[in-house]
Amino acid sequence: MRVAAALAMLLLAAPLAAEAEGSRVPEGYVAMRGGDFTTALRYEDRPGRSRIAPFALMQRPVTNAQFRRFVQAHPHWRRDRVPRALAEARYLSHWEGPLQPGDAAQDARPVTWVSWFAADAYCQAQGARLPTWGEWEYAAAADETRADARGDRAFRERILAWYARPSDTPLPRAGLQAPNVHGVQDLHGLVWEWTEDFSSLLVSADNRQQGDAGRMEFCGAGALSMDDRENYAVLMRVAMLSSLGAADATANLGFRCARDLP
Amino acid sequence: MNARYRRFGALLGLAVLTLGMVGTPRAATPVLPRDSVYHLQATLTDQAGRARPWASLAGRPRVVSMFYTSCQYVCPLIVDAGKAVERGLTPAQQARIGIVLVSMDPSRDTPAALQSVAKARALPATRWTLASPQPEQVRQIAGVLGIRYRELADGDFNHTSALVLLDARGRVLARTEQVGSTPDPDFLAAVRAAGAP
Repeated sequence: MRVAAALAMLLLAAPLAAEAEGSRVPEGYVAMRGGDFTTALRYEDRPGRSRIAPFALMQRPVTNAQFRRFVQAHPHWRRDRVPRALAEARYLSHWEGPLQPGDAAQDARPVTWVSWFAADAYCQAQGARLPTWGEWEYAAAADETRADARGDRAFRERILAWYARPSDTPLPRAGLQAPNVHGVQDLHGLVWEWTEDFSSLLVSADNRQQGDAGRMEFCGAGALSMDDRENYAVLMRVAMLSSLGAADATANLGFRCARDLP
Repeated sequence: MNARYRRFGALLGLAVLTLGMVGTPRAATPVLPRDSVYHLQATLTDQAGRARPWASLAGRPRVVSMFYTSCQYVCPLIVDAGKAVERGLTPAQQARIGIVLVSMDPSRDTPAALQSVAKARALPATRWTLASPQPEQVRQIAGVLGIRYRELADGDFNHTSALVLLDARGRVLARTEQVGSTPDPDFLAAVRAAGAP
């Protein structure tokens, strides 16, 4: 089974090998140049800009159809077999059956109700990994024409409009929104996304409950706070990820994978 | 010894050998309950330099936490907390409970580094396991224990501290974030119960 899957991946990747530029970037991924980047988070131990190394990021979030193929190939990730320590009871609960997304979770929609462990395992099965928070934030800073559109009020308001939409409406399909300048789609306006280091976002529960958005800190040393208080979209992502456990799943939380680039 | 006993001896040897290898998580999986943290596939290297599957910790109740050896402030308190729990137990209970400190800094926490903490803090190897996972497994183990951490620019770690009590099959029985030389009374009561014959 595993050999067949590997063979299929090789066959899929084969046409790309012919293209000089695309040879390093697998199908479905976009090359990200990286570089110096100023995160909206402020860490006392890392002031200033940080360096994002070149990486490849999936153009779209992982869909139900893609995740179904993963579960078929790795049946211990079926919702009726997965260990509870790795995925809570609501894991894939919106699917019609253990291997059938069905009407409520159509193939082309992003997969949600997945735990961090499951997302991590999916990416590893592709020879990939989850993106770091820094990589995700870097990719998500772009709009259709600029690598860093965060200073533009219109861009920020467009993102925020999504958060205002009721979350009980069915998810749109992945890939309907215009790609950003890197060629990546749906970083905003579709689902929340796991990052590899989601549990490095240390926001103390007390501060979160008090709603003191400007000063989120944990345990004095290495306090995390917001350098860009206007960037509510990032703030909300951080607050959400910092509240989750690795086995948790939610109706609006999906993921995409990343890879190192040489 | 006659031939029959020799054959028995060889079989016994084989059985012992096989038991020694049953440490692979897959072999342990069928007996684990669905909510066991030992379903996670990970490898630990302990203070004696022995590599062992994470799931091989099954078999006795354990108090598990995470730390790193170069830590100046909080991690000594985690050792203190483990010792405080031990002090609250009878010798018989102590013998039944294992204490496991998993490093979040495996690149620096070699067996020698782990051993030096075990020596300096007088942690007997019969009860205390200090171990490093593979680097890519640190966040996974932290995930099943509900511990959050971030590596700081200077190599220190910012992390939440917790003691997690696991039963012999890896189910979480109790958890406390009260870490220090005064044990959390509810947590200690749970450890005592787990250490009862």
